[in-house]
Amino acid sequence: MTTVIVKTVSRLMVPFIQLFGLYTIIHGPVSPGGGFQGGVIVGASMILLALSYDLSSAEARASHKMRLIMDSGGILLFAGIGLLALLAGGAFLQYGMIPLPMAPAQVSGLMILLVGVAIGIHVMALMATLFFLMAQEKEEPV
Amino acid sequence: MIGAVLVMAVVDMPAFGDPEAPVHQHVAPRYIEMAYEETGVKNIVTAVLVSYRGYDTLGELTVIFTAGAAVISLLGREDE
Repeated sequence: MTTVIVKTVSRLMVPFIQLFGLYTIIHGPVSPGGGFQGGVIVGASMILLALSYDLSSAEARASHKMRLIMDSGGILLFAGIGLLALLAGGAFLQYGMIPLPMAPAQVSGLMILLVGVAIGIHVMALMATLFFLMAQEKEEPV
Repeated sequence: MIGAVLVMAVVDMPAFGDPEAPVHQHVAPRYIEMAYEETGVKNIVTAVLVSYRGYDTLGELTVIFTAGAAVISLLGREDE
């Protein structure tokens, strides 16, 4: 049972929670945090939406199919970056070998940021999907 | 017998926080000195997690993905 207070507060909180989650992901290379932690925070904001409103309005933000694509896409992005380094003549996941017009260390830093984003997307989609599936069973018994 | 050997080993362990302990002599100095030059990130934890131990993180992600795929296939919707 959700009152107007719960709905209003969570509607105000969710953008800031998501912003903090994105900050945690993006700042992984320079401060504590990273893809796993930030992804969990963004996923938790989706769960808060589903708890305070209802499941369908939370799912309107990201459909089931969309979340499955993000789930697999995150891991494919990580492996793809690793393969890119392999194709460029380095070892698998040797980020510095990717040919970009920058110093190898800078390329590596950029790729580590991208890998963090990939991990974040994956964890966020999986968190939200697992909660939505478990909550759905309770709402509409089969 | 094994218990006695373990107790003897505990007595021989380095003191807590000892900078001369073997665990701090192997790869840790390399990470602390070279992490920024080699990986380009200032957070050594991230450098180890994503770059030096990248295989491990990719495997970890695969484990999470596999577990999630198994749960999704179990709890999946009727209409899909």
